[in-house]
Amino acid sequence: MRLYLKYASIILRGQMQYKVSFVMSSIGQFLVAFTTFLAMYFMFNRFNSVNGFTFSEVLLCFAVTLAAFSLAECFVRGFDTFSGIISNGEFDRIMVRPRNEILQVLASRIEFTRIGRLLQAVLMLIYAVPTSQVVWSSDKIATLVLMLIGGFCVFSGLFIIYASICFFTIEGLEFMNIFTDGGREFGKYPISIYGEGVLKFLTYVVPIALFQYYPFLYLIGRTDNVVYMFLPLVGVIFLIPCLAFWEIGIRHYKSTGS
Amino acid sequence: MIELRDICKTFKVAKRNAGLGEAVKALFRREYSEIRALKNVSFKIDEGEMVGYIGPNGAGKSSTIKIMSGILTPDSGECVINGRVPWKERIEHVKEIGVVFGQRSQLWWDVPVVDSFELLKDIYRVDELSFRKNLNELTELLDIGEIIRTPARQLSLGQRMRCEIAASLLHNPRVLFLDEPTIGLDAVSKIAVRNFIRTINKERCTTVILTTHDMQDIEALTERILLIGKGKILLDGTLNELKKRNSTYKTLVVDYTGERIKTVSGLRVTKDLDGHVELVVDTTLLPVSQAIAIISSQVDVSDISVMGATAEEMVVSLYKEFEI
Amino acid sequence: MRKYLTFFKIRFANGLQYRAAAWAGVATQFAWGGMTLLMFWAFYQNGKNSFPMTFPELSSYIWLQQAFLALFMAWYFDNDIFSSVTSGNIAYELCRPVDIYAMWFIKNLAVRISRAVLRCMPILIVAIFLPKPFNISPPASVISGLFFLVSMALGLLVMVAFSMLIYISTFYTLSPLGIRILATSVIEFFAGGIIPIPFFPEKLQTVVQILPFASMQNTPFLIYNGYMGGSQIFWGILIQACWILGLVVLGKILMQMALKKVVVQGG
Repeated sequence: MRLYLKYASIILRGQMQYKVSFVMSSIGQFLVAFTTFLAMYFMFNRFNSVNGFTFSEVLLCFAVTLAAFSLAECFVRGFDTFSGIISNGEFDRIMVRPRNEILQVLASRIEFTRIGRLLQAVLMLIYAVPTSQVVWSSDKIATLVLMLIGGFCVFSGLFIIYASICFFTIEGLEFMNIFTDGGREFGKYPISIYGEGVLKFLTYVVPIALFQYYPFLYLIGRTDNVVYMFLPLVGVIFLIPCLAFWEIGIRHYKSTGS
Repeated sequence: MIELRDICKTFKVAKRNAGLGEAVKALFRREYSEIRALKNVSFKIDEGEMVGYIGPNGAGKSSTIKIMSGILTPDSGECVINGRVPWKERIEHVKEIGVVFGQRSQLWWDVPVVDSFELLKDIYRVDELSFRKNLNELTELLDIGEIIRTPARQLSLGQRMRCEIAASLLHNPRVLFLDEPTIGLDAVSKIAVRNFIRTINKERCTTVILTTHDMQDIEALTERILLIGKGKILLDGTLNELKKRNSTYKTLVVDYTGERIKTVSGLRVTKDLDGHVELVVDTTLLPVSQAIAIISSQVDVSDISVMGATAEEMVVSLYKEFEI
Repeated sequence: MRKYLTFFKIRFANGLQYRAAAWAGVATQFAWGGMTLLMFWAFYQNGKNSFPMTFPELSSYIWLQQAFLALFMAWYFDNDIFSSVTSGNIAYELCRPVDIYAMWFIKNLAVRISRAVLRCMPILIVAIFLPKPFNISPPASVISGLFFLVSMALGLLVMVAFSMLIYISTFYTLSPLGIRILATSVIEFFAGGIIPIPFFPEKLQTVVQILPFASMQNTPFLIYNGYMGGSQIFWGILIQACWILGLVVLGKILMQMALKKVVVQGG
C-alpha cells in the first residue's frame, strides 16, 4: 500500500507538469458525466418517473454507480491501457521487478484526471442524499458504503478481466466496453428497468445488480430484507475469479512472450 | 552460477499477407507458422564473469535473456541461476538480477531521475542506509550527480543511459543483463558506459551478460563470447581464441615510392593506389617478416603497419562461416 | 484525386485486418443499442403519451445510430493530425503539393466510411429480424429513404467539417487534449447521441435544431423514420447544406490564418 502511494505521488507529480492539459481534461471528464446527467434530467422532465422510481431516487442510484466506477477508474484503470503496456515492452520491465504484477500494473497508470468524473458523482450524491426521502439511519448509511465498496470491486474485477484478455489477444477488446463503460452508462438506472433477462444476467454473470439494484431497494425502503443490504459483499467475491483469470493470463504470457 | 541446459522454445506466429483479398480471408481464418527460436541452448557462466552474447537480429538473443530473467518459460530444458529456476520463483529471482533494455526506459518520464530511484528503492525493498551508500557510489562513478534532479525526458540519450544503468544497480544485483546498452550513444558516452561496466564487474564481482551489435563493446569488455545464430549456440570461447582462428591472415598497409610492387605466393594486393597499397599475407605460406623483406627490397618504404583482423571482421566472417 | 483513392484503399484494407475488432464492435454496438431500447421501453410503459414519437420510430432511430456509429462518432479524432501540429511536423506537409485542409478532410472521411461499411450490415440485418417493436422498420416512404441517403452523406460532411475546426484549433492552443474531450461531449449531447433530440424539452429543441450538431446524425435518422416529413425534410437538408458551407469556409479561413502564423514563425 505504501508503495502504491509512492507510485501515486510520482505519477501525480508527472501529470502536474502539464497543468493546462490536466485541468482541461478534468473539466472535460466532468462535462462528459454532466451531459449524461442532463439527458437523464430531460427524460424525467418528460416522464416524471420510471418503473415507480422517482428522479431523486434514480439520481441516488446513478451517483453510486458513477462514484464506484470513477474510483475504480482512477485507481485500477492501469488495466485499461494494458494492451499498450504489453506492446511497448513495459510489462517485461514489470516482470523483472520483485513485486506483485497486479500492484505494479495498477500503480503504473493512475488517472487523476478522472477526478472530474468523481467530483460529478460526489455532487450528485450531495444533492441526492437529502432529497431522496431516505431516512438516513445507520443501516442506510452502511448500505450506501457497502454499495460503493461492492461497486468498486466489481468494476475493478471487470478491468482486470479486460487486461487479462490482452495476454491472449489485443483484438476485439472493444467488446468488454459493454460491461465497463456500459455498466457505468446503463447502471445509472436501477437494473430492473431493463427487464427480467437483463437483471438475471447482471446478477449471476456480471454481478453489477448486486451492488446496485438490490441494496438500492433496501436503501429506498422498497424491501426490509436485510440480506439485500449485504449483497454488495458478493461483488467483492467476484474479484476472485477475475484474479484467477489474470494468473492464467500471466502463465500464457510467460509461455509465449507476447 | 548460471547454467542453461538444452533450452528449447518455439513460437507460433500468425501469417499476415498483403492485399485486400488476403485481408478479407483473414477475417475468417488465419494461418499460423511455427518458429523455433531456441534449439538446445546450453551454456554455463561463473560468478563474476563478463560474457558477450552476440548474434544477428532474430537469432534468439532476447528470447534467451527473457528466459534467464524469468519473463519467459521455455518449452523444455533446464535453467538454474543462483540456485533458482527463474520462471518458477520469479519474485525471489528478480531481486538478484538487474536488467537494462537499451531501447526502453525504466525511468518515470516526467519526474526527476532521483525520484525514480527513490521509488525503485521501495520496489526492491532496499534499506535506507545501503541505498544512500550505493546511490552515492553510483552517481560518482557514472558522473550523474548533476543530472539526477532533472526530469528524465529532458536528458540526452547518453545521460539517460547512465541513469538507466544506475537504476538497475540500486539493489546491488548479482547478475546484470545488458541488452544493447550502448545503442545510439556518442563516442564519449560509450566509453563512459564501458568503463563503468568494467568497474562494476571488477569491484562488485557482478556477473555481466551483454548483448550488443557493437563489436567495440565486446572488444573493450568481454573475455568470453557466446555466438548464437538461428537459435543455436555456434561458438563459446574467448575473444583470443576467436582471434587465433582468424589470425592466419594479416593485413599490411604500405606507403612507398618507386615501381609497383610485384607479389609472390602468399601475398595478395587488396587495395592499390599510387604510392599506397594494402596487402593480405597468408602466414601459413609466408611469415610476415619475410613479406616485409620482400616489399622493402622492391621499393622505398616510407611507412608500414601490420594489422590483425578486427573483431568486427571476425564476426562477419563467423556469420559467413555458419551461414547465418 | 487518384492519390486520395489509393489512400482510401490502403485504409480500407488496413481496417479489415482487425477482424476480431470488427466482430467485437458489432457485438458491442448491438448490446448497446439493445440496452438503450430497453431503457426507453421502461419509460414508454410509464407514459406512452409523453413519448414524442412512436416506439417503432425510436427503434429505427437507435438501430441506425448503432449501425452508422462510425460515421458520426464524436470521439474519433486522428492522433497523427494532432501530433503533426503540436510537434511542428506540419512544416513538412506544407512542402507537399496537396491542400492540407482537403487532405485531412479526406483522411477523416476514409476512416469513418471504412469502419461504417464493415459494421453496418451485420447490425442492420440482425436488427430487421428482432421482435416487434424493437426491430428496425423500413423507411417511412420511398421519398424518406432517398432523402435519408442524401441527408446522411451531408451529415457526415457536417461532422467532418466540424471536427476539422477542432484539429485547426490545435494551431492556437497547442494542446489538443482538453478541447478534444470538451468537443466530444458537446457534440455527442447536442447531436442527439445520448437521447434523440425530440426527447429534449420543447423550448430547447427549437434552439438545438438549428445548431450544427443537429445536422449530423439527427436529421438523416429522423427523415428515415418519418418523424420529419414533407417540408421538414427540405428545411432539414437546407440547414445541413448551409452548415457544410459555413463550416468549410470558416475552417479554411482559420487554417489559412494558422498556416500564415506557422510560416512566419518558421514552424
